[in-house]
Amino acid sequence: MESYYQPEDLPKFAEIGQEAPELAKKFFDYYNAVFAEGELSEREKSLIALAVAHAVQCPYCIDAYTQTCLEKGSNKAEMTEAIHVATAIRGGASLVHGLQMRNTAQKLSF
Amino acid sequence: MTSKLPQMVEPFSQSLKSRGLSLTRLKSTVLQINVGLLCNLACRHCHLEAGPARQEIMSADTVSQVVELSKRFSFGVIDVTGGAPEMNPHILDLLGGLSGRGARVMLRSNLTAMDGPGREQLIDLCLDKKVVIVASFPALNETQAESQRGKGIFLKSIEVLQRLNGLGYGKTGSGLELNLVSNPAGAFIPNNQSQLEDRFRQILMNKWGIEFNQLFSFANVPLGRFKKWLVASGNYVSYMEKLAHSQNPCALDGVMCRSLISVGWDGYLYDCDFNQAIGLGLGGQQIHISELEELPVPGLEIAVSDHCYACTAGSGFT
Ligand code: SF4
Repeated sequence: MESYYQPEDLPKFAEIGQEAPELAKKFFDYYNAVFAEGELSEREKSLIALAVAHAVQCPYCIDAYTQTCLEKGSNKAEMTEAIHVATAIRGGASLVHGLQMRNTAQKLSF
Repeated sequence: MTSKLPQMVEPFSQSLKSRGLSLTRLKSTVLQINVGLLCNLACRHCHLEAGPARQEIMSADTVSQVVELSKRFSFGVIDVTGGAPEMNPHILDLLGGLSGRGARVMLRSNLTAMDGPGREQLIDLCLDKKVVIVASFPALNETQAESQRGKGIFLKSIEVLQRLNGLGYGKTGSGLELNLVSNPAGAFIPNNQSQLEDRFRQILMNKWGIEFNQLFSFANVPLGRFKKWLVASGNYVSYMEKLAHSQNPCALDGVMCRSLISVGWDGYLYDCDFNQAIGLGLGGQQIHISELEELPVPGLEIAVSDHCYACTAGSGFT
């Protein structure tokens, strides 16, 4: 099926470095450092990544971090809760901007 | 019957050859005994398709041959597995006969089979002989654990762990070792065993007051019931690819079959429990325990098949 997103592209992610290897190296070094165990565990970081993947709506990241979360020992209940966190922030962020709408509307109308 | 690989994954034997590697035996220091396929559970990842309806169990005769074997040669570790070993009527004779000659005797348990009438004697014997208990405990989450092992097993497993702790198992300084094994509930490969162990330790202690010595996390082997599920769920090809892509040449050096001899419930010998699941005999031969005069010599080629990808992926399978 023709689609803008191709699952077989995910494992080829590193190919993005072909035209700009130095920039790609900087990115992947940073990326790997971000996900290494620090104050947060690798498992917790993967749950955050899964939530963010839903917020930015990236199907590649959703696939990849669903796998990673399972491999790191997270379960579906935790993963679902993480997505609710992303959803709450997305929804909340829209709503809180409603105050801007209200301020502007207030100014423009009687 | 050997498993048929999808074309995109090179057969394991060929992948060894193409890298100039081979898998050969070292000194046999571990004796593994499968006392039968009878089990009270029918877990979805079981490579032996053990379950309540299976009739295959080790007879009293074979049990004494195994005990004899353990006396003739000195093994460092003796690993008793099944099915549910607790359900073999000769289990007390076997464990009693194996203990006391310096080997570390281990009993694999699904925990729930250790519960119920008639098991007190077994637990007493384990306490007395300091048998190491290696317990399957797939997940900290009830739904996840039960999707693999069946309804109601989670809390029962917790209860048995608490009882074992109460008897001293898993407690520092008791000399009674309690190890947990967590197999993933699905088509993914566990990674970072030590982080998983920390988490299990913390949650089991905080929620249930449970202690244990070590946690092992192994990839599921694509055989038996697990293979059927992989095929039916459309995960087989990608799982095999994942295993093949996570090959770790260091894991190859440490795979258990190099130093292990595995006795099937009927007394036939294998390089490991997984070869046993597909009837692939020791070094590719059909040898019965009654015919074994010497332990397999170091250097002898190990019979391999495609499921060996599971033992050599990531940090390996010990
Ligand atoms: S995995 Fe173990 S507990 Fe589960 S069915 Fe197989 S032998 Fe029984």
